[in-house]
Amino acid sequence: MPSSLSESRESAPRASTPPDRPVQLLDASGRRVPHAPYDDYVADVTGDQLASLYEDLVIVRRLDVEATALQRQGELGLWPPLLGQEAAQVGSARVLRPDDFVFSSYRENAVAYCRGVKLTEMLNVWRGTALSGWNPYEVGMATPAIVIGTQALHAMGYAVGAKLDGEDSVAVAYFGDGATTQGDVNEAMVFAATFRAPVIFFCQNNQWAISEPVTLQAQRPIADRAPGFGIPSVRVDGNDVLAVMAVTRRAVEQAREGGGPTFIEAITYRMGPHTTSDDPSRYVDPLEREEWAGRDPLARVEAYLREAGILDDALAASIARRADEAAAEFRAGCTEQKDPDPLTMFDHVYAEPHRGIDEQRRQFGEYLDSFEGGEH
Amino acid sequence: MTEMTLAKALNASLRRSLAHDDRVLIMGEDIGTLGGVFRVTDGLKNEFGEMRVMDMPLAESGILGMAVGLAFKGFRPVVEIQFDGFIYPAFDQIVTQVAKLHYRTRGNVRMPITIRVPFGGGIGAVEHHSESPEAYFAHTAGLRVVTCSNPQDAHTMLQQAIRSDDPVLFFEPKRRYWTKGEVDEDAIDRDDVLPMGSARVVVPGSDVTLVTYGPLVATAIDAAAAAAAGSVAGESDSVSIEVIDLRSLAPVDVDTVVASVAKTGRLVIAHEAQRTGGVGADLAAELTDRCFYHLEAPPQRVTGFDLPYPASRHEEHFLPDLDRILDAVDRTMGRRPALYAGAML
Repeated sequence: MPSSLSESRESAPRASTPPDRPVQLLDASGRRVPHAPYDDYVADVTGDQLASLYEDLVIVRRLDVEATALQRQGELGLWPPLLGQEAAQVGSARVLRPDDFVFSSYRENAVAYCRGVKLTEMLNVWRGTALSGWNPYEVGMATPAIVIGTQALHAMGYAVGAKLDGEDSVAVAYFGDGATTQGDVNEAMVFAATFRAPVIFFCQNNQWAISEPVTLQAQRPIADRAPGFGIPSVRVDGNDVLAVMAVTRRAVEQAREGGGPTFIEAITYRMGPHTTSDDPSRYVDPLEREEWAGRDPLARVEAYLREAGILDDALAASIARRADEAAAEFRAGCTEQKDPDPLTMFDHVYAEPHRGIDEQRRQFGEYLDSFEGGEH
Repeated sequence: MTEMTLAKALNASLRRSLAHDDRVLIMGEDIGTLGGVFRVTDGLKNEFGEMRVMDMPLAESGILGMAVGLAFKGFRPVVEIQFDGFIYPAFDQIVTQVAKLHYRTRGNVRMPITIRVPFGGGIGAVEHHSESPEAYFAHTAGLRVVTCSNPQDAHTMLQQAIRSDDPVLFFEPKRRYWTKGEVDEDAIDRDDVLPMGSARVVVPGSDVTLVTYGPLVATAIDAAAAAAAGSVAGESDSVSIEVIDLRSLAPVDVDTVVASVAKTGRLVIAHEAQRTGGVGADLAAELTDRCFYHLEAPPQRVTGFDLPYPASRHEEHFLPDLDRILDAVDRTMGRRPALYAGAML
């Protein structure tokens, strides 16, 4: 356990990447481009490992498409697509250890996939059968936050707790560009800097908060804000899985060593609607979307792997088959979910017995029983 | 037994909690080096260190959000909100996260967070320092809301709140911080200790049930004494008031109140908070429902008026006092006209 929460607060601030030059290691055409010092952080990533990352990207996109279809077919009430943000999520989540802890928004389904969340458990919330899918402690990932930005504080608090416990685990807060305007995110940065909390603020700047462009949230690059709080920041091409991996590894390594928080702005694009209830044709210029389609996070990895002779048609077909299998499992796990027993809505309001809720449960059960065929 | 002030009892209670469980952390503004603006945390930082008694940056939402993260990590945070009127920046974290996370996660994540709030008026303070916001939290499913009225309960109930696996709003009657009383410091470990969620009959009586909590319990006890000694023109005119200290506002120990009203047939409820949507409104509805055929008169509420807490030179008129309580008692006894007599016309 450290002797002081804020020890070495006076040490020299770490350098931030100039905000005008986002880190990129694979350009949009799949060419490997050097970017010191981040090359060192992925020097150990072999061709096979990159192929495995590629498989994750393909699978999470396939699952996302399947979930949108399930919503259109009436099996899900709502779905928030992550289309276009696969690299930002997979590249960052894949560098975390099981004992790290993620606090995310509702769009981080690729992060959940990488944390080992069961496919069916990803869908409970969107089908409406429960308010959460998985046990956070089993996968090191909290129930996604629906209120914007609130989870940044929770990640900071968890990270302070990890530090108090003398562990070298880190917490990661995932949020979007819209959340950076929220007081909670800004307060989280003040507290994290003060307590040198081992927390990574991972902002996916996907350019849109439903219909509001990022220019409504910030007049400067979002990453510029963090150094004002005493937190080093880095901008990264969020559609470059290798670069995202490198900047996250660096941030995580520094946090584990007691270096405190880092703010990462992953520049990406929400290729789909905010949710399946949204209609981006009312506010998105089709030319803008087309431009971003040319920076697709999967296409560049595929091009690189094919050029390097790691990916051929046979491997691509087998990856596609695994993605289809995952999608089928996803679908089955959704449609097989039954509506919960009415009285289970009274469960877990409190951890200890509570006379009020216990009485209401009993009375409602008796009410249901009073109908013919009632059985509770 | 040791004589101590209510503030000192809270301080001793926090000290025992820190010693009892090393996952207990104390967080708040000015609670470390200063010992809190009311000195409730005095000396604790020196004794337990700044890793367990942590001065916080000035952001109430940030403090509660941090407590949520610490609870996720298995800690048991005790947060001090400096004054009642400063709790609103944290309202979202309390209502949206603290109250709902155990439910949302289907029991997987516990939020054993205690939120201490000095509340109520009567100290001649400026705005935002005399409020009674308990009804907002009593209305919120997932929270427990309690308040103490004397040093013994302060000592015992705060430890019970901290040991609870549910989040607890712990309202402290700030104008009674300096009230002295005998405290049995081992009461919490005794078999017959009253659970945190139970009300207590503090003065037995037979004519009228007077229910209150927090700062007005002392006023109610005085009112009962005055009513018992009452005389008009040398003739005994006494009324026997049964005073109940509600202690827990969510959930309310309705059974204790029902047992009393079934006996007396009359109910007066007093609190400093505004009337509309208040704890008294819900209790009056609950008791009307359960004791309708026992009631001899309409339940009466003696509360703050439905206006923002006024300037301090007004507060003696805003706050329910002994006379307003006895006025309501008289109305239930038929000695004064009911407030709404004829309203049905």
